[in-house]
Amino acid sequence: MQRTTMDLWVGLFVVMGIAALMILSLKVGNLNVYNPSHSYVLSGNFENIGGLKVRAPVKSAGVVVGRVTDIQFSTQTYDAVVTMSMDSRFLFPKDTFASILTSGLLGEQYIGLAAGGDEVKLKDGDKIMKTNSAMVLEELIGRFLFNKASEDDSSL
Amino acid sequence: MPKRIVSGIQNIGHRVIESVWRLGVASRFFMLVLFKSGTSVRRFNLVIRELYFTGVLSLIIIVVSGLFVGMVLGLQGYETLQKYGSESAVGTLVALSLVRELGPVVAALLFASRAGSAITAEIGLMKATEQLSAMSMMAVDPVARVVAPRFWSGVISMPLLAAIFSVMGVFGGYLVTVVFIGVDEGSFWSQMQDSVDFRFDIMNGFIKSCYFGVAVTAIAVFEGYDAPPTAEGVSGATTRTVVTSSLAILGLDFILTAFMFRGVS
Repeated sequence: MQRTTMDLWVGLFVVMGIAALMILSLKVGNLNVYNPSHSYVLSGNFENIGGLKVRAPVKSAGVVVGRVTDIQFSTQTYDAVVTMSMDSRFLFPKDTFASILTSGLLGEQYIGLAAGGDEVKLKDGDKIMKTNSAMVLEELIGRFLFNKASEDDSSL
Repeated sequence: MPKRIVSGIQNIGHRVIESVWRLGVASRFFMLVLFKSGTSVRRFNLVIRELYFTGVLSLIIIVVSGLFVGMVLGLQGYETLQKYGSESAVGTLVALSLVRELGPVVAALLFASRAGSAITAEIGLMKATEQLSAMSMMAVDPVARVVAPRFWSGVISMPLLAAIFSVMGVFGGYLVTVVFIGVDEGSFWSQMQDSVDFRFDIMNGFIKSCYFGVAVTAIAVFEGYDAPPTAEGVSGATTRTVVTSSLAILGLDFILTAFMFRGVS
C-alpha cells in the first residue's frame, strides 16, 4: 500500500469520526438549542413539586427558556426550593407566575412561566414569589370524591 | 483424603497467585508502553500506518453493524411503543440507547474482535519469528517501535468508531421507523433532541469509548507481547485477547455507568 493512499484513507476515517461526533452533538443532542454559558439563576419555592426532576425544562409559552439545575428541601418553610438556570436572552418581569405542569397525560413535568406585567425584571439570584404546585393525581381524585360526596349530601 | 483437599486448596492458591502476578506484569507493561510513547509522537507516521489497519479496516463492520443495530432497535421500539400510542418517542429510545450504551459497548466488542485480535496475532507472530529480538539486537526498542504505535492507534480510533456506530444506528432507526413505517419525521427528531443531552449523554458515551479503547488495546498489546513464541501460543493469546477484553469492556461499562448516571433522572 502506497504511503499517500494510506494517509488519504486515515484522513478520511478521522474526518468521518469527527463528523459523526458533530452530528451526534448537533443533530441528535441539543447543543444548539440551549447554551448554558450565558445564563442567570432564579429560584422558587413550591409547595409540592410532584415528579419534577433536575434537568427538566423551564418553558414559557411552550418555548424552552431554561433548565432546572437543583431541587432542595427547605427546613425553614417546609417546601421545595427549585433552582433554575435561565437563558440570559429571556428576561421575565418581577411578578412572573411559575407553575409545575405536565406535558401530555403521562409526560414529564416541567416548569411553566407566565409573564406578569411588572416593569422591573427578575435578576440573577432572584426568587419567583408566585408559584403553583404540581398537580398530584391522588389529591385531584380525593377532591373530586369529596365534592361528589358533599353534592350527594346536599341533594338529600 | 486430606492430602487431596490440601492439594485442591494449593491449586486454588496457585491460580490466584498466578493471575495476580500476571495482572501485575500487565500493569507494568502498560506503564512501560506509556513511558516509551515518545517515539509515536515524534514519528507520527508509525501511528498513521497502524490507524489504517485498526481504524479504516474496522469501518465496514462498524458501519454495517451500527446500521442493523439501529434498525432492529427502531423496529422493536416501535412495536412496543405503539401499544401505548407514543411511537414518536422511538427516536428518543434509539438515540439514548445508542449514545449511552450500545454505541460504545458494541463498537468496542467489535473492535476487540476485529482489531484487538489482529494486533495480538501480529505482535505474537513477530515475537515467535524473533523479529522483536532482531530489533533489540539492532538497538531498536521493540516496545517503542512496534507496541506503542499500535496502542495509540487503538486509543485514537476507538472513540471515532463508537461515534460512527452511534450515528449509523440513529440513521438506521430513522430509516426503519420514519421511511418504512411512517412515524412522523418532525416528532422523531424533536423528541430525540429534547431528551439527548450533550453533557450527560454524548460526552459520557464519548468518555466511555475512550476508556474502552485504552482497555482493549492495552490487553491486545500485552497478550501479543507476552505470547509464548509458538504457533499454539499465538493462537491462545489471540483467543485470550478477545475473551479478556470483552469481559473487561462489559465490567468497565457497568462501573462507568454506575459513576456517570447515578442521580441523573
